[in-house]
Amino acid sequence: MTALLRFEGLGKDWFGVPAVRDLSLDIPEGRVLGLIGENGAGKSTLMNMIGGITAPTHGRMLWRGQPYAPASAADARAAGIAFIHQELNLFTNLTVAENLFIDGFPRRPGLLRPFIDRRAMRDRAAEVLARLALDLPPERTLDSLSPGERQLVEIARALHHDAALIIFDEPTTSLTPRETDRLFQAIEGLRAAGKTVIYISHILADVQRLSDGIAVLRDGRLVGEGPVADFDIPRMIRTMIGRDLAAVYPSRTAPPRGRPVLEVQGLSAPGVIEDVSLTVREGEILGLFGLMGSGRSELARILMGLDPAMRGDARLLGHPLRGGPRDRIRQGLAFVTENRREEGLMMDASIRDNLTLPAIERLRGPLGLDADRIADTAQALRETVRLKAQDLARQPVRSLSGGNQQKVVIGKWLPTEPRLFILDEPTRGVDVGARSEIYGLMDRLAAEGAGLLVISSELDELMGLCDRISVMSRGEVVATFDRARFDERRIIASAFRQAEGDAA
Amino acid sequence: MTAMLTQPVPATPAARPLRRTLARALLSDWFVLWLTLAYFLILLPVLPTLGTPANLANLLSNAWPLLVVALGQTFVMTIGGIDLSQGAVIGLTSTLGAALIATAGPPEVLSKAPIWGLLIFEDGGVLAGQLWLGLLAMLLAGALVGLVNGTLVAWLDMPAFMVTLVSLITVGAFAIWLTQSENIRNLPDSYVALGKGEIVSVYIGPKEEPQIPRRQVHELVTYAALVAVTLAVALHLLLERTAFGRQVLAVGANRRAAEIAGVPVRRIIVLVFVLSSLCATVGAVLYSARLEAGRPTLGEGTFLLDVIGATVIGGTSLFGGKGKVLWTVFGVLFFVLLSNSLNLMNLSTFHIDMVKGGVILAAALLDVARTRLLRGMA
Repeated sequence: MTALLRFEGLGKDWFGVPAVRDLSLDIPEGRVLGLIGENGAGKSTLMNMIGGITAPTHGRMLWRGQPYAPASAADARAAGIAFIHQELNLFTNLTVAENLFIDGFPRRPGLLRPFIDRRAMRDRAAEVLARLALDLPPERTLDSLSPGERQLVEIARALHHDAALIIFDEPTTSLTPRETDRLFQAIEGLRAAGKTVIYISHILADVQRLSDGIAVLRDGRLVGEGPVADFDIPRMIRTMIGRDLAAVYPSRTAPPRGRPVLEVQGLSAPGVIEDVSLTVREGEILGLFGLMGSGRSELARILMGLDPAMRGDARLLGHPLRGGPRDRIRQGLAFVTENRREEGLMMDASIRDNLTLPAIERLRGPLGLDADRIADTAQALRETVRLKAQDLARQPVRSLSGGNQQKVVIGKWLPTEPRLFILDEPTRGVDVGARSEIYGLMDRLAAEGAGLLVISSELDELMGLCDRISVMSRGEVVATFDRARFDERRIIASAFRQAEGDAA
Repeated sequence: MTAMLTQPVPATPAARPLRRTLARALLSDWFVLWLTLAYFLILLPVLPTLGTPANLANLLSNAWPLLVVALGQTFVMTIGGIDLSQGAVIGLTSTLGAALIATAGPPEVLSKAPIWGLLIFEDGGVLAGQLWLGLLAMLLAGALVGLVNGTLVAWLDMPAFMVTLVSLITVGAFAIWLTQSENIRNLPDSYVALGKGEIVSVYIGPKEEPQIPRRQVHELVTYAALVAVTLAVALHLLLERTAFGRQVLAVGANRRAAEIAGVPVRRIIVLVFVLSSLCATVGAVLYSARLEAGRPTLGEGTFLLDVIGATVIGGTSLFGGKGKVLWTVFGVLFFVLLSNSLNLMNLSTFHIDMVKGGVILAAALLDVARTRLLRGMA
């Protein structure tokens, strides 16, 4: 059997620095290949070569046995390769059908040729969707669809173009668990239809579940390859980072102390959260688990003063929390948002400007800002959060890897000396190595006496890190588990409200 | 010999430093200044009048008031907004100020104006001759317009373009209504001196001349220059060296992230619009003093084009988050030089505006190119 796509000694240098080197691999037709590796391991460069964005500097690619050297994204598309990214290439103001036909609308005959044949378009779109067993109305505009449904539209578009190889790059980052399940069914469907899939993700359990084979990249090299049966998750991690990661999660250095930092009593916002009560103590890491839409992120925004609450009471060290984010930061809150690009960082501003923004008013000297103190603060933060960066003053945050960007988002709060950190999905899009550094940082913050409220949709993470886990469902806190009683099945069950957990 | 000839010529490494030098020049703070000097030196042989002391003095005297107004626009653009109402503010405040401090009011001109008998009488305005009170009143009126603009943008989340367009129309019309489109003259000498008074002048000519002809005395340091330079230095320090300035940049770079980081976003937006209107007001003083009259239509026509053009050419980004006072200083110099040189070529105003429009387009393209370069280098 010939491979659908074959790499022979493929390599790519950037100004003499190899991003991918001497990579040889066969991708058999009709299989799902899981491609894993840390950020910067060369996955993106490899995908860009397949997609015709960059040309290899060494070796070659073969597509169905023929030399394949795409000069543009259009060449790759014409060959039958489709990409599905986390940022979708869809038009949210158009309908599902229009999105499918955007590069070739069916036309009315004869003199009416300038006009789109809307009925033909609708019927053919319905046909494509039915072939995928997708239950999507072709006439709906995309902005009324959920992120998961939009992703399915993207898949439908790939199929509509008769793609033979479909590449998924971190497709689940913005999906709910249910949408993720649906996506996985769609991927199973693709395999059953004889399509080939490359699936790239940091969520190793998903890779393991979906893939037939695994390929691991590290420092631009293919360091591991084989059937999925040979790769359990510890081996995947080991291969990716090139050493044994004895524990991704830190052993907690100090136990939680007595005094409550955050006390929430009966907090309600109609339709968002209902009668939420919880307490975070000094030195404690409280996990907040729940499905998307369960009210966990909404609770964080209300606590930070970004959205209003109708009833109830939230206190920080005994003082009621009031006002907007500015006042609450002064009271001792810090908020690491789930959207670091949109809400956490000034992407084109320097690392230093980002790191010093929340505390900028404290860095005043007798004559305006004190440039030395700003530089010193940024430098000290770089060391504290173990930031890998060259030039704090000139390098824009955009140039950092996801993990290092996240370290900036957390680090920028430290000079404001927060008593309570709210961290919403602190390791989203962060590779394993940086992830364990961020966990270490969180442990140190707790050991120094801050309280941490950690929101995550990865239960593993919460179970590895937290002292207690509260579960939210439909706006309510439905259960709280102590570390000694952590039980994956029961926590997930309470998130779905299938059973009640232990009341705290 | 042959061995040397067959040595492969490294084509790309030679091209790379050149490209990098070009990129660095394009991203440099001083780029527009080099551009201005280059333009000047290239045109000088063709257009010798350009370099005469009289023309240079004229050029600078045109630059100062424009700089003052563009400084305010720089702040607004840095937060990602635009202030279209600056010209209308100039019309309003110059008229209002002139009416208040005029030393006489000719009834044949002003008797139909709504302010006649209210702010200005036959023997002058209610603050006749009182320079400082008059200036204060102008600044208050300017600040009020900025406050309304800023409040609408910040608290009602309206687009700056829309809000200031409405201000441009209504404030401009209000200013014209105030005097029924008449100019107000009879300004006190102390006011006129702000626009025309010179502190240091140079005379270039034969030494033994008993009486220096006025035309050969060229003003070098004027009150207008002093006002503009002082304001530029102050606003430079405000933007670069204060928490307020850093927060202005943060709001422009990412408003949501700034809000979550505790930046008082709304307060900053309001203050920036107030600042912009205040700058326009100071510009109004300089322009109307030079004209020796308050004129409701002073900031109309292509004035807006000049302000926005100069600011954008300087390098302040239309997308927000990037702006520097120094850039705007250079942008104003370039723009004034451009207008001046086109004037000297005896082009009609239509031609001049067509060229100016093209140059602003080029500047906007340059902004896009710079943004790409920065991202590419990252």
